[in-house]
Amino acid sequence: MNYSIIALIPLIPLATFVLLGLFGRKYFKTSGGIVGTLSLLASTILSLFTAYNYFFVDGKVNGVYRQFSVLKYTWLEFSPNMSIDMGVLIDPISMMMIVIVTFISLMVHIFSLGYMKGEDRFATYYSFLSLFTFSMLGLVLSTNIFQIYIFWELVGASSFLLIGYYFAKPSAVAASKKAFIVTRFADLGFLIGILILGFHAQTLDFGILIERLTNAQSQQFIDITTTSFLGVSLLTWGLSLVFIGGAGKSAMFPLHIWLPDAMEGPTPVSALIHAATMVVAGVYLVARLFPVYALSAPGVLEGIMYIGAISAMLAAVIACTQTDIKRVLAYSTISQIGYMMFALGVSKYGGEDGLGYMGSMFHLFTHAFFKSLLFLGAGAVIHIIHSNEMKDMGGLRKTMPLTHITFLIACLAIAGIPPFAGFFSKEEILLAAFHSNKFIYGIALFTAALTAFYMFRLYFSIFWNKPAAEHKNIIGNGELAKNNHHSEGTWSMKIPLVILAVCSVLAGLVPFANFITSDGASISTHIDITFSLAPVALSLCAILFAAYLYKKENDKPARIAASLGSLYQTVYKKFYIDEVYIFITKKVIFNLIGRPAAWIDKNIVDGFMNMLASITAAISALIKGLQSGRVQGYAFYFFAGIIGMAALFIYLWR
Amino acid sequence: MSTVPLTHILFVSTSLFFIGMYGLFTRRNMITMLMSIELILNSVNINFVAFNKYLYPDKLDGVFFSIFIVAIAAAEAAVAIAIIINLYRSHRSIDVEDAAEMKF
Repeated sequence: MNYSIIALIPLIPLATFVLLGLFGRKYFKTSGGIVGTLSLLASTILSLFTAYNYFFVDGKVNGVYRQFSVLKYTWLEFSPNMSIDMGVLIDPISMMMIVIVTFISLMVHIFSLGYMKGEDRFATYYSFLSLFTFSMLGLVLSTNIFQIYIFWELVGASSFLLIGYYFAKPSAVAASKKAFIVTRFADLGFLIGILILGFHAQTLDFGILIERLTNAQSQQFIDITTTSFLGVSLLTWGLSLVFIGGAGKSAMFPLHIWLPDAMEGPTPVSALIHAATMVVAGVYLVARLFPVYALSAPGVLEGIMYIGAISAMLAAVIACTQTDIKRVLAYSTISQIGYMMFALGVSKYGGEDGLGYMGSMFHLFTHAFFKSLLFLGAGAVIHIIHSNEMKDMGGLRKTMPLTHITFLIACLAIAGIPPFAGFFSKEEILLAAFHSNKFIYGIALFTAALTAFYMFRLYFSIFWNKPAAEHKNIIGNGELAKNNHHSEGTWSMKIPLVILAVCSVLAGLVPFANFITSDGASISTHIDITFSLAPVALSLCAILFAAYLYKKENDKPARIAASLGSLYQTVYKKFYIDEVYIFITKKVIFNLIGRPAAWIDKNIVDGFMNMLASITAAISALIKGLQSGRVQGYAFYFFAGIIGMAALFIYLWR
Repeated sequence: MSTVPLTHILFVSTSLFFIGMYGLFTRRNMITMLMSIELILNSVNINFVAFNKYLYPDKLDGVFFSIFIVAIAAAEAAVAIAIIINLYRSHRSIDVEDAAEMKF
């Protein structure tokens, strides 16, 4: 098959963005949603078609999925063998990612038809969604590390636009700024890493870069490993800095602080960007450069493993105490991405040792479905309740039966209960961790149990807890009565829930190891019943515990919280990480750098300009009398000047 | 023909120039000022023709220049008179002292 058609997949959303962005508010005020959705439907069909072709028809050569690029276009050439190209890279993970991105994006587009209906800037919303989809597709299809950086920044920008969509809300504005600044700060590391790697490998192209930096005999490899800075080789520096960029985008500890705040955006946006697609870009980046990490810098990979594990556990602990349902989901996202990260960390390159890599990608795949389902379900709930707080909810299972069922499926999937999707992917990760590092395995197991606990805490708090009748009283004010005729939202909100629920059940059954592995060759996996026993049993216990605490309204959770005292408070305040950041920025950076800089700006820079201005003003006050308005006066100056110049040239300028 | 020496002609043109200059500085009537400017231009014309004639008799550059200056003086007179008419319409006067609003 001719893969050049793949360029259309990102370009269709780009065209939609331009169309809706320029003309949306005037001509597509209400039809913008349909336009966006239809164009994305075309993209989705195309990407499903290409992915099918790649995986089942002509992607495999000698039993190994090949990696190749099409449509290479030299964008900026520095020297004959160093240029920034624009191209489309085709390999198993990019194919998987375009399917996920277009599919989830399509679901979100459909869901938003109902959820965002009647918004004033409806078409603008869809144009932003299209921009995001375009950038994300460009990111996953990038052929070189600089192209990925360009799209990396574009997704950051569109995420900023979408978080700040309700720009009249100060908290949304603050959140969008926070997200942008934190990720931008991490991207600085990414950029320096790119420069180091690109300079020493003498290429930006992924294929050549990986080939050169994994071959211990190549000139570039010797060059980059023997040059060192602060006692650490530049290869390690470069790869660590690239990972910092990935950690920022993927909200890894300690750069995770922006993600919970990013929940200020519209809920479908959270489902798309801050759960399923953009935040896994960091995982994707590490996976993209995985051979270099695994073969040339195992130390960095070990660091990734610890950061992933710490993020996974920390976020899971925090998620148990949060009361805003979207924040719970945000922390759960951080936790699951931590899972993917440390799965990459425990993995090795090639063959059966690459199980962690495969598990990570598998988890990325399944997580996209059930996490976006959770977010969309939460969106449907928020749509009715008009609140994010758990205490405003409860007993909703009668009011919203469909949402209830789909949410339950997603919770079971994320908790890793067989046969739902999360079970299979989590199993591979746990297995990989077990074989590589028992400590990480312990953390993973503990996190899995916590995951089950906080997800079902969320589930019971929303759909059980209070009796259904009481819930009407809470809404009161006749608001529910008004909403009752579409109690679960429109069909456009229900269809994505159903489709995603089906995917959350079935995605785990995909024989993933046949398609995506670290080296392209398929490996065989099997589910070991005795091994799965421990995590599943733990998860079930956690679910039962959550049911015991939250199924009926009672004061047990409050009593437990009170008995834990300051420990509970610490967790509830998210380990004071935000406060630490505020201390560092407000107290340290602002005082030590900000204030002197402001003083210099005010007194020296501005002072110099003021001085110029006042000198000019003084001189002009002195000589303004010359401009008298009398024509003859001017003529006199003119002739005097000429006579003066004549005298100068004739008598003095010899 | 060469009975008149060059210096005599230069004397005439110089006095013409300074007469024009004097008129330009002292007269308040714009028409008179315009006439003074014409005097200045013509003194230059005389210089051009005289130098051409006395120093480079086989060339015509000076004559061409004076023809140019005559043409430009005509155009300049047209523009100047247009300005004077407009000034008269707005100020009911062509005295330059009355049109001194354009100052600091």
